[in-house]
Amino acid sequence: MMARFRQNRWFEPALIALIIIIIGLVLPSTYYFRIATLVLIAGLSATGLNLLLGYAGQISLGHAGFVGIGAYAVAVLPAKFAVPSLLAIFCGTLVSGVVALIIGRPILRLKDHFLAVATLAFGILIAMVLNNEQWLTGGPDGMAVSRIELFGIRIRSAQSWYWISGTVLVLAVVLARNLLDSSTGRALRALHDSEVAARSAGIDVARIKSIVFVISAVFASLSGSLYALFNGHVTPDIASFLNSIEIVTMVVLGGMGSLSGGLVGAVILVVLPQALSFFHEYEHLLLGVLMILILVFMRAGIVPTLAARWARGRL
Amino acid sequence: MNLLSVEHLGISFGGVRAVDDVSFSISPGEIFSIIGPNGAGKTTLFNLISGVYRSDMGRVTLRGDDVSRLPPEALASRGLARTFQNLQIFARMSVEENVMVGLHRHETRNVLAHLLGLPSVMAENRRTRDEARRYLDMLHLRQVADEVAGSLSYGELKRLEIARAMASRPDILLLDEPAAGCNPTETAEIDEIIVSIARTGVAILLVEHDMKLVMGVSDRVLVLNQGRVLAEGAPDEVARNPSVIDAYLGHDKGAAGGDHV
Amino acid sequence: MLAQFLQFAMSGLTVGAVYGIVALGFTLIYNASGVMNFAQGEFVMIGGMVTVSAVGAGVPLPLAALIAVIVAASVGVLLQRLAIEPVRDAPPVVLIIITVGAALVIRGVAQIVFGKQLHKLSDFSGDTPLAFLGASILPQALWVLAGTVLIVTLVWLFLNLTMLGKALIATSANRLAAKLVGINISFILALAFALSAVIGAAAGILVTPITFTYAEVGTLLALKGFAALVLGGLGSPLGAVIGGLLLGLSEAFAAGYLSSTYKDAVALLLMIAVLLLRPGGILGHAGAERV
Repeated sequence: MMARFRQNRWFEPALIALIIIIIGLVLPSTYYFRIATLVLIAGLSATGLNLLLGYAGQISLGHAGFVGIGAYAVAVLPAKFAVPSLLAIFCGTLVSGVVALIIGRPILRLKDHFLAVATLAFGILIAMVLNNEQWLTGGPDGMAVSRIELFGIRIRSAQSWYWISGTVLVLAVVLARNLLDSSTGRALRALHDSEVAARSAGIDVARIKSIVFVISAVFASLSGSLYALFNGHVTPDIASFLNSIEIVTMVVLGGMGSLSGGLVGAVILVVLPQALSFFHEYEHLLLGVLMILILVFMRAGIVPTLAARWARGRL
Repeated sequence: MNLLSVEHLGISFGGVRAVDDVSFSISPGEIFSIIGPNGAGKTTLFNLISGVYRSDMGRVTLRGDDVSRLPPEALASRGLARTFQNLQIFARMSVEENVMVGLHRHETRNVLAHLLGLPSVMAENRRTRDEARRYLDMLHLRQVADEVAGSLSYGELKRLEIARAMASRPDILLLDEPAAGCNPTETAEIDEIIVSIARTGVAILLVEHDMKLVMGVSDRVLVLNQGRVLAEGAPDEVARNPSVIDAYLGHDKGAAGGDHV
Repeated sequence: MLAQFLQFAMSGLTVGAVYGIVALGFTLIYNASGVMNFAQGEFVMIGGMVTVSAVGAGVPLPLAALIAVIVAASVGVLLQRLAIEPVRDAPPVVLIIITVGAALVIRGVAQIVFGKQLHKLSDFSGDTPLAFLGASILPQALWVLAGTVLIVTLVWLFLNLTMLGKALIATSANRLAAKLVGINISFILALAFALSAVIGAAAGILVTPITFTYAEVGTLLALKGFAALVLGGLGSPLGAVIGGLLLGLSEAFAAGYLSSTYKDAVALLLMIAVLLLRPGGILGHAGAERV
């Protein structure tokens, strides 16, 4: 009975929405709303990358590049070209999607470490442009982002951003769940396990990979836009290698091939550094240790490992 | 009418002719077996026909069209399905989902509809699942439909590969050692399945080491040795062919009856 | 004109030599274990950093260099034992992420121990430039080039003339067969990591007087080492070094004649271009999948 319930495609999004609502109702202060919002925004790019890395098995060490495109779209376009912020979000996702479409097909012919390095190089190239084109991006110091106005109201409180980001995240999870529960979703999971069998079953592997790459890029870009608008300031660090690694770590940590796993990963990666803020000096170190420990002792990630244990315990 | 024709097909790996000037053709409903010692080039021939490798000589035609340069997915959409000798299972997916993937070429490709989870997509999922279950029934896998495919036994995985290939509703089915590693009961089951599939008009190209199975089900047999065709004909003809006995069965004249090795 | 060309060529060869050694380090580990070690650049960083602080503490340079090499080798062995060995049969994606994690750990420790600032080592034999056909060449550049030749020669001699080296080659060629003839695979894998760390650290020591070093220098170095590897052909030690030199030269000429802002982009674009245009050629494993 419970199992059937969990297989329903609305179960996961509904559960996530419920948790977001409950947390939103009990959070005590702006400080906590700020952190929770950062979790939701990070969860968005983790959800996209999970489709690519967790389900389709294609690694990307450059997804922060797309986050950067999204973030700078809402920073640069309104400031320099008087484009309204909402339209700028759309422009950012469009650019990210088109870039992903163009580079995706050739790059995703590569496998494993070649793919890892090619995507890593892509991310670093984006960060380089953001750092060097000072006239446009403000260089390493970054630039201020003008606040978004919806229906004439300027949105700046952490509470508002919490609910906006939460809504976007839940919608993204619904879309991802729908996709997974379709022939495209089955195809992308199939090619993870055996490309040759997938192709022999009539799956156009290059097409499916490029579709999921574009979707993950769009999610990353959206999360970048949300972050920039929420934070009010962006620097090229948002597109940095370290940020790419953080998104990968969220997925690996929480669970490759589990949407809620990616979100648990986002919670850990955002909350942990805040909770251990006196450990700020050790951030890299802790991140690295965490990645190694999880992969050595819980290779499937936290959520799938615990789910399997729970299922076994019930049997 | 010939469904599939292989004409002077060949490929080299590092100077070695793995498959050399092989020709044959198959009609609908026919069971055509390829036998030969290990390393004779049987699996390579399969990989050439199914588009995994590209030949450097000759051509393959499907219903008269040259398909030699087509990738596997294009061949699949023209009605060619295959199984793999060394099992290529989608190990993390459920048994039922594995078979559903087989139906991929009959499903819609509208990604936007998939993302939105439109009712038409849900209806399609139900159709695909129902049809997948029919193939699971056919291969006696219904009771493990919800298991993770990676947890199945070897014999079950062999049948799952056949179910997945059948799900694409092929006109021609390439089976690469479907009975390898199976016990006699399982082999007998596969024997029965192959014959029943052929009876529906599907042409079957079979690579198999189990001579009892091959001699029992085949309409024609082709013997491959060091990449070249050694003999071709009805099972009993081939079994009596002296050069086949010599090359394939070695010098063990006691096995000249040819119905077991 | 000629002087300028020579100047660029010399600086290209100097950094190229370092890229080549990083690529050689990649190759050693990859051939032996199939792991692409994303922490390769960190070995170079360790070499530079440890030497700088040892010299700063009054240790004579040769001894400081020796300490640095030993530290790097120990880190290499630890990396293999603690992070790679437990997941040896994991899929490549997992191995990639593990080595990325290891790179973060090494970098994090370096930040704590050495701080985040730039570190400089004084030149081995003075910083008076030598004049050569109108170009001025730093003595340190000659040290780097001579050191590279020495390192490559030693690695070649080790692999081809010693039993251990031959065991490493055998393990690369066929792990199962090597195991069957009695080679201790686990030891050989640790050796590959140690050796790779040692040559990386050596490169770091040689080049730090020219390029400075800092805790995060590794990422870009690893990436460029990988680019060198792709240019030279995966799996070939000599190709790795040649690829490194080619990469260094193209970077130096691009920076000199075009723009220095995007100097670092040259390597990345070059690598992506080669990966995309010759995926089967240089990588050489397209279509070889056994099914």
